[in-house]
Amino acid sequence: MPDRKTAPHIKDAVEYAISLKRPEQFKLDNGVEVYSIQAGTEEVVQIEWVFKAGNWYEKQKNVSSATNFLIKNGTAQKNAYEINEFVDFYGAYLNRTCYNETAVVSLHCLTRQLEKILPVVQEIFLEAIFPESELIIYKQNMKQRLAVNLQKCDFIAGRKIDELLFGIKHPYGVYSELTDYDVIEQEHVKQYYDQFYRNGHCTIFSAGILPSNYQALLNTFFGTLPLNQSVLEKQEHLVEPAVQKKWNVINDENGVQGAIRIARPFPTRHHPDFPKVQVLNALFGGFFGSRLMNNIREDKGYTYGIYSFLVNHVHAGAWMISTEAGSDVCEATITEVYHEMEQLRNGDIDQEELLLVKNYLIGTLLGDLDGPFQIIGRWKNLILNGLDDSFFYNSVNTIKNISSEELKELAKKYLNPEEFYELTVV
Amino acid sequence: MVNFERFTLSNGLKLLVHPDRSTPMAVVNVLYDVGARDENPAQTGFAHLFEHLMFGGSVNIPDYDDPLQNAGGENNAYTTNDLTNYYCQLPAENIETALWLESDRMLSLAFGKKSLDVQKKVVCEEFKEHYINKPYGDVWHIMRELAYKEHPYKWMTIGKELSHVENAALQDVKNFFYKHYTPLNAILVVAGNIVVEDVKALVEKWFGEIPSGEKYNRNLPQEAAQQEERRMTVHRKVPMDAIYKTWHMCGRRDDDYYATDLLADILGGGASSRLYQTLVKEQQLFVNVSCYHFGSFDAGLITIEGQLVKGVDMKTAEDAIEKELNKIKKEKIEERELQKVQNKTESVMAFEDMSVMNRAGSLAYYELLGDGELMNSEFKKYQDVSVEDLYRIANEILIPTNSNTLWYLSEN
Repeated sequence: MPDRKTAPHIKDAVEYAISLKRPEQFKLDNGVEVYSIQAGTEEVVQIEWVFKAGNWYEKQKNVSSATNFLIKNGTAQKNAYEINEFVDFYGAYLNRTCYNETAVVSLHCLTRQLEKILPVVQEIFLEAIFPESELIIYKQNMKQRLAVNLQKCDFIAGRKIDELLFGIKHPYGVYSELTDYDVIEQEHVKQYYDQFYRNGHCTIFSAGILPSNYQALLNTFFGTLPLNQSVLEKQEHLVEPAVQKKWNVINDENGVQGAIRIARPFPTRHHPDFPKVQVLNALFGGFFGSRLMNNIREDKGYTYGIYSFLVNHVHAGAWMISTEAGSDVCEATITEVYHEMEQLRNGDIDQEELLLVKNYLIGTLLGDLDGPFQIIGRWKNLILNGLDDSFFYNSVNTIKNISSEELKELAKKYLNPEEFYELTVV
Repeated sequence: MVNFERFTLSNGLKLLVHPDRSTPMAVVNVLYDVGARDENPAQTGFAHLFEHLMFGGSVNIPDYDDPLQNAGGENNAYTTNDLTNYYCQLPAENIETALWLESDRMLSLAFGKKSLDVQKKVVCEEFKEHYINKPYGDVWHIMRELAYKEHPYKWMTIGKELSHVENAALQDVKNFFYKHYTPLNAILVVAGNIVVEDVKALVEKWFGEIPSGEKYNRNLPQEAAQQEERRMTVHRKVPMDAIYKTWHMCGRRDDDYYATDLLADILGGGASSRLYQTLVKEQQLFVNVSCYHFGSFDAGLITIEGQLVKGVDMKTAEDAIEKELNKIKKEKIEERELQKVQNKTESVMAFEDMSVMNRAGSLAYYELLGDGELMNSEFKKYQDVSVEDLYRIANEILIPTNSNTLWYLSEN
């Protein structure tokens, strides 16, 4: 038998040189920027059209998400079924997602089918008509979906903590009531589409094994659209955090679990502490081997999982701890979270633990960059946040070089319980 | 095309190696041929609980996660009714760490009392989070018991009830380990930026001397053909009514599996499917409706699930589903519709194969099905399905005496 008591030699991940492959970059005739990563083992592509059309720009609740959802539910030439059938027939996936600043339409398909599908994507950016019948179904279905979600303690907790951090009027803190859907009208959606999609601001991110003529293809179908022609009007939104810090909400009197959210405001990626706190966060609750997980799941068994993470919005952020725990152990769980904060402020982080976290972060980063979709995803994040790869390399160097003392100082600066909102929803 | 080489160690452990020099990473995937179907009916949820215990330290290594994370790796595992799969990914230079860890827990676990006590609690919280504290969380608990009278698919992977998990004892854990966690019942896949000969030598070094154990001979009671329609109604605190209908279908290794899979896709796979278009869009009876199955190894269930629009009568909704089923049983589908779901399948398979981690997992899965090579050839079986096959399967399966219907009604 080999010596099983001694771990095999490892290359410390901190010794790895990590590089982020740069995308090819070009402009369509109308000025739309295209970023692409040519790589991969399978003959597949991913293209994302990112519009400045998130809820940051809406004047009425849910209009941005309704527009985004319904954009492929009918054009001047095809009804919703015909569009879906066409996309499915070529084995493609045409999805859409609405975020805060941006709203995205994404396409995944086999490389050889790309040329067939692009005309339909063009059609929805030019000629979407938002049929009244589709809007009625959408409103009804969204209301029922919301009614189901309102029974889930984690859903209630997720939106309440955002309200506490950013204020109910802010795009990051706003949420829907059932009645909000009733007042959306076709005209609102059409107007939003016209301003923020058809005549909107778009950036394209593509990746995979792209066909050799993909630049010409993209230019043919999207370079002639009236995109990026005007200057986007700046919108300001005031963050209005709640005054009261502790909240207990009872959503279901018979609930066997409570959803716990503990969070504080935190700066955006542009703040110099951000990359350093990413390391501290990992140690605290950012991965399976974190202190929160080790203590609250692996030692006490209070929960199936507990994590902390940085909430990365473009304009404002937060640092959050999130878990679902048995109703009888919610209080004990919260006590342990504060205890772990205290340990980081006042205790010492030994070198072995710090090296493990560094190795883990670098190793997973290496894995996360594996594949064209992952690489373009990184770049999309950087570009949409007004950053470049110097941010990425700075993060890597921070992971490799940060000391226990620096982490302790950051814990003293940020991990003070009195600065956190504490919310339990049963 | 996924290239791999296959070896069998003298203790019976199967090894599949798939080199891919385009990634800096390596993946070690260990699949054990044991799932919830292999459990004692009085101790359900055990295979899944056991999966948790596999991270509680092995005979020579007190902790699994720390050394792996220290080598820049991450891992996870899952249990289904059919199998249990463990996988980890790490920088390729450190692959020996993963082989050391996986081989030691195949050799033997630490069987710590504390680990068992804590993980029982963790699994109970998982049970609550996903199956008790969620609207519609108990649907499959009810449906499995309705549809299966003999086969152990009648309970969920998480377990039939919390008490089964709570009562698990250390001796049960040991017995389960020695019965199922042996080289003879495992498939090891190593993939990524590695050289086949190096992997072979390292695997021989770490796994070669593990006693082979006994081959587990599965002898499960198979479900007799259902003879009468089964129906059930429950009332729950949910905002809207839902309907679940299942019909028994063939197992994963059956020739008819491919046609059945495509039939489900035609009926209820996405926005251009028949049920979605007619029932959600045209008739507006449902908020959502879909048709799917779990790909169970033994005979499984094809399922139609729908959430009703508020105010719609359940009988009306069910009749509308039946009308669509009658249509597919009476009229042969067009070639274009068949081609559509074949194209979708080809695309799904290509996207699934993008990451080396998925490829490693798929190789292990197909090897368990019978041959890792199926990963490359299986699409051909989908291409060979004809409209006649679909017509025949629809008429064989989608009949009342083979059906189980659950009306899940809102209390309000």
